[in-house]
Amino acid sequence: MAAKRVQFSSPFLPYLFLAPQLAIIFVFFYWPSIQAIQSSFYLEDPFGFGATFVGMSNYTDVLKSSEYLGIARFTAIFTALVTFFALSIGLLLAVKADGVIRGNSAYKTLLIWVYAIAPPVAGLIGMMFFDQHIGPIVELARWFGWDIKVGLDYFDTAFAMIVVSVWKQIPYNFIFFLSGLQGIPVSVREAAAIDCRSGLRRFWTVILPLLAPTAFFLLIINVTYALFDTFGIIDVMVKDKAANNPITLVYKVYMDGFRGNDLGGSSAQSVILMIIVFVLTVFQFRLIERRVHYN
Amino acid sequence: MHRTRFFDHVILLFGVFIMLAPVVVAFMTSTHEAADIHRNGLSLTWGGHFAETYETVLTREGGFTGKVTGFNMMMNSMVLGLGFAVGKIVLSMLAAYAIVYFRFPLAAFFFWIIFTTLLLPLEVRILPSYEVMNTLRLTNTYTGLIVPLLASATGTFYFRQFFKSVPDELLEAARIDGAGPFKFFIDVLVPLSRTMMAAIFIIMFVYGWNQYLWPTLMTTDEGFFTLVRGIKQILLVWVGSNIPDYNEALALAILAMLPPVMIVVIFQRWFIKGLTESDK
Repeated sequence: MAAKRVQFSSPFLPYLFLAPQLAIIFVFFYWPSIQAIQSSFYLEDPFGFGATFVGMSNYTDVLKSSEYLGIARFTAIFTALVTFFALSIGLLLAVKADGVIRGNSAYKTLLIWVYAIAPPVAGLIGMMFFDQHIGPIVELARWFGWDIKVGLDYFDTAFAMIVVSVWKQIPYNFIFFLSGLQGIPVSVREAAAIDCRSGLRRFWTVILPLLAPTAFFLLIINVTYALFDTFGIIDVMVKDKAANNPITLVYKVYMDGFRGNDLGGSSAQSVILMIIVFVLTVFQFRLIERRVHYN
Repeated sequence: MHRTRFFDHVILLFGVFIMLAPVVVAFMTSTHEAADIHRNGLSLTWGGHFAETYETVLTREGGFTGKVTGFNMMMNSMVLGLGFAVGKIVLSMLAAYAIVYFRFPLAAFFFWIIFTTLLLPLEVRILPSYEVMNTLRLTNTYTGLIVPLLASATGTFYFRQFFKSVPDELLEAARIDGAGPFKFFIDVLVPLSRTMMAAIFIIMFVYGWNQYLWPTLMTTDEGFFTLVRGIKQILLVWVGSNIPDYNEALALAILAMLPPVMIVVIFQRWFIKGLTESDK
C-alpha cells in the first residue's frame, strides 16, 4: 500500500505521538530481549556474585541434554497434532456451517464462544473430565479397557493435554475458515458447480485452493498457539510435577528459570525459542505468501 | 441433496455438543455439594446449591493469607482487562497516526522498531522481563501487571491498516477547512474509527482478562490475584485435601470465563470483524 498523498509535516509532533509506545517497547521488549541474549552467554553465580562469560557453552549444554531433546521432540509432536486436529475440525465445521444457510448464525454463536475461555480455565475443566474419580472421559475409556491416569502416565497426560488444547483452538479456526469461505464470490461457486459435479472434488480442486491464504495464516497462528498459549493448560494439568509429565519447550524455560534458578540455561533456551519463532515468521512472509495465489 | 443437508446438521450439532457440553457439565456440577460430586462424579443435573457455592466463592476470604475473596480477584481481572484494552487502543492509535499521517525522518526505522515486536511473544522472554520488573520495583502493582503486556504492536498494526483505508480526500478537505493535526485526529479520525475501536477493545479485553503466565509471575501478593491466576491456587489447595472442593473450583472456573464469554457472544459481530480484518 502506498503512503498517503497528503501528510502533515511537523518537526516534533510525530515523535510525541510515537513516544508512549516506543518507551514501553524499549523498556519491556528490547531491554529484556537483549538481556536474554546477553545472559545466555554467561554463567550466573547462584548467590548473585557476578557472572562468568562462558561463550556458547549454555547452548551446547542445552542442545546436548537428552532431557531437553526429549522435550523438544514432545513439543514437535504436540504442536503437529494440535495444529492438525484443530485445523481440520475447524475447517470441517466451517464448510458445513457455510453450506447450511438457515441456522448459520446460530451455529456461529454456538461454535465460537469457547474462544473466550482462558487456557488454564479450559485446563481446569479438562482436569475434571480426566479426573480419576469423577471424570466421565475416564469412565468412558474404561469401557474400552483403557485406564486413563492423567498426571501419572506420560502418554495419558499428553493425550488429555492435546484434547483440551484442540478443543480450545477449534473456534478460532472455525471463524477464519468460515469468513474465508463466505468471501468466495458466488460466481466462482456457480462456475465450479457447473464444471464439477462431485462436491468433494469441487472442494479439493476449487474451494480449498481459494482458502489457501487463510489456511496458511492459520497454520502459523496454530503453531504459535501450540508452542506458547498452551502454557496455561499444561501448567494446570501437570500441577507443578513436571518431572514425569510431558511438557513443552516454553514450560521448560519457565521451570529452569524460576524453579531451577538456572539463568544462563533458561536464557539460552529463550534465545533458541526466539530463533524458532523468528524463522516461522520469516517463513510465513517469504516462502508461503509467494506461493499462495490471492485473487 | 436433502440427505447431505441432514448430515451437515448432524456434524454441526455434534460440533456444538463437543463445544458446549464440557462447560454445561462444569456449571451444573458446580451447583452440587462436594461430597455428592465425589460420590457420583460430574453431573448434568441441577444440584440446587447454586446460591451457597457461588456466594462462598465470591465472598469467603481464602488463600494462604486468608484475605482474598473471589470478588477481589474479579475486580483485579476487570482492572487488568480494561486497563490493557484501553491502554492498547490509546497507544496504538497515537503511534499509527504518526506512522500513517506524518512525513518525518526515520519513519521507516520507527516502523520496524515497533513491528519487530510482533515477532516475539512475551513467553520467550519471561525471565529477563521479570528481572526488569524487579529492577523497576513493579512486581505486585497494577502497572507491572498491565504495562509490559502492552509492549506488542498488534493494535498499532490494526490501526495502521485501518487508517490507510481512510480516503485521502478527508484529510485534504480538513486541511482546506484549516484543521491541524490534533483537530483532524479528534474530530475526524477518532469518530471514524469507532467500530474499529470497539472491535479491538473486545479482543483486547478478552486477551487481558485471560492472561495467566504474566500475572502468575508478577503477583505474589494475593491482593493482586486475578481469577485466571487464582486457578493455580485452587489446584494447589485442592491436591492436598481429602474430599476436594470440586464444586468451588468449578464455580471459580465458571466465574472466570463468564465476562469474556459474555462479551464475545453479545458483541460477536464486532469481535469477528476485529479478528478477521486484522489477520495479515
